[in-house]
Amino acid sequence: MNMSVSNHISDRYNRQLILKGFGEKAQEKLASAKILVIGAGGLGCPALLYLVAAGVGQIGIVDHDQVSLSNLHRQVLYDMDDIGKPKASMAALKLGRLNDQVTITPLPIRLQPTNCLGLLAEYDIILDGTDNFAARYMVNDACVLLDKPLVYGAVSQYEGQVAIFNVGETRTNYRDLFPHPPAAGEVLNCAEAGVLGVLPGIIGTMQAAEAIKLITGIGQPLVNRLYTFNVLGYDSYELIIEPTPLSASLIPPDAEHFSETNYDWLCGLVSTEFEIDNSIFHSLLSKENTLIIDVREEGETPLADGFPHRQLPLSLLKEKLQDLEAETVVFFCQSGKRSLQAAQWLKEINGPVKNIFSLQGGILNWRSPISE
Amino acid sequence: MSNPEISIMVFGQLTDITGTSSLQVPLQADSDSMKAELQKRYPALVYARYIMAVDRKPVTGNVSLSGQSTIALLPPFSGG
Repeated sequence: MNMSVSNHISDRYNRQLILKGFGEKAQEKLASAKILVIGAGGLGCPALLYLVAAGVGQIGIVDHDQVSLSNLHRQVLYDMDDIGKPKASMAALKLGRLNDQVTITPLPIRLQPTNCLGLLAEYDIILDGTDNFAARYMVNDACVLLDKPLVYGAVSQYEGQVAIFNVGETRTNYRDLFPHPPAAGEVLNCAEAGVLGVLPGIIGTMQAAEAIKLITGIGQPLVNRLYTFNVLGYDSYELIIEPTPLSASLIPPDAEHFSETNYDWLCGLVSTEFEIDNSIFHSLLSKENTLIIDVREEGETPLADGFPHRQLPLSLLKEKLQDLEAETVVFFCQSGKRSLQAAQWLKEINGPVKNIFSLQGGILNWRSPISE
Repeated sequence: MSNPEISIMVFGQLTDITGTSSLQVPLQADSDSMKAELQKRYPALVYARYIMAVDRKPVTGNVSLSGQSTIALLPPFSGG
């Protein structure tokens, strides 16, 4: 590197180079780091601005969406001329003007289980700026499989959360907090519940700070800690995250299983025609000619002892489907996913059963209205 | 004699159910009875997705509570 370029660089980063505990070493670590920012929206925009400004060497930006007017109150990289244009490319264009020392790669693609692992594997750190549970669980599981540091952030209304997963001696991930994705509509997103524009600005900036701390080794990054912040009262709260056996059992065991996982379906975004809630389930318990079937494997708890039912594990179910004789069949399992699978199978054989249902949320969410 | 009250922090959209971010509830012996007590007071919690944290750790089984316990209810967020 010639003299003028290196002067240029030391001038650009001067205010952090002179920081006690930072200096040239930290700057060099940033320059050789590769970060993938998934989602160039409310969280991604501020995170990207600071990561690029700070001099992270290579940054990938994944977003398949286009800029819309309702984005502009929080997605601060875009302006009115950008409406209708792809976010990843527009973000890369603007960020390139901020810092020509950073290699910025726009990736205007939809992240899917089939392309996720390959893409994430090319980066050192993943920053989650997505806006839906299907993408969040997919990115979480991919990072666990790849053992890749994940800087998580999420917002809702006036509150935000930040955490770092898959780092340190004890690895934890999002499923250690929330093992199963919520069903569609169970938790409202920003489009439904709203968000104060400046809030993702704060949380996304915190994510950038955590990524910079991780790369440079300064401070105490939020490893295995979920930080929660409320902008209205400036209340904050920290949760300690510990690994759970349930979480470990829910993550696809390998790349092959991962690529076959339908995260949209897990998050209830596809085909919910079979699903019924607790109150309908309860009313079906007393209906004539109705068969209630537990499709969990033998020995799974909690036991369903509050109502009569048959046990027919999913692993044995397929060959028994033809024998089911009832007007109505209601499947249930632990969380409502396997029972949904069972319902789909039963529908596919086109047998004599007229009504096929699956208990949404499974036995874990089942509570008899009478026992309340 | 009635139980002493304990305060519970409530986060995110769960405050739509509880109406407040800081609940005052009679202390219960353990987290399961506390959940039951909360569900009695706020039936919509039965169908809400959240974790209860006692002393900053998510409750996975049933843990005993004391007057010194800090309790929080946290929902998942997806917004970005």
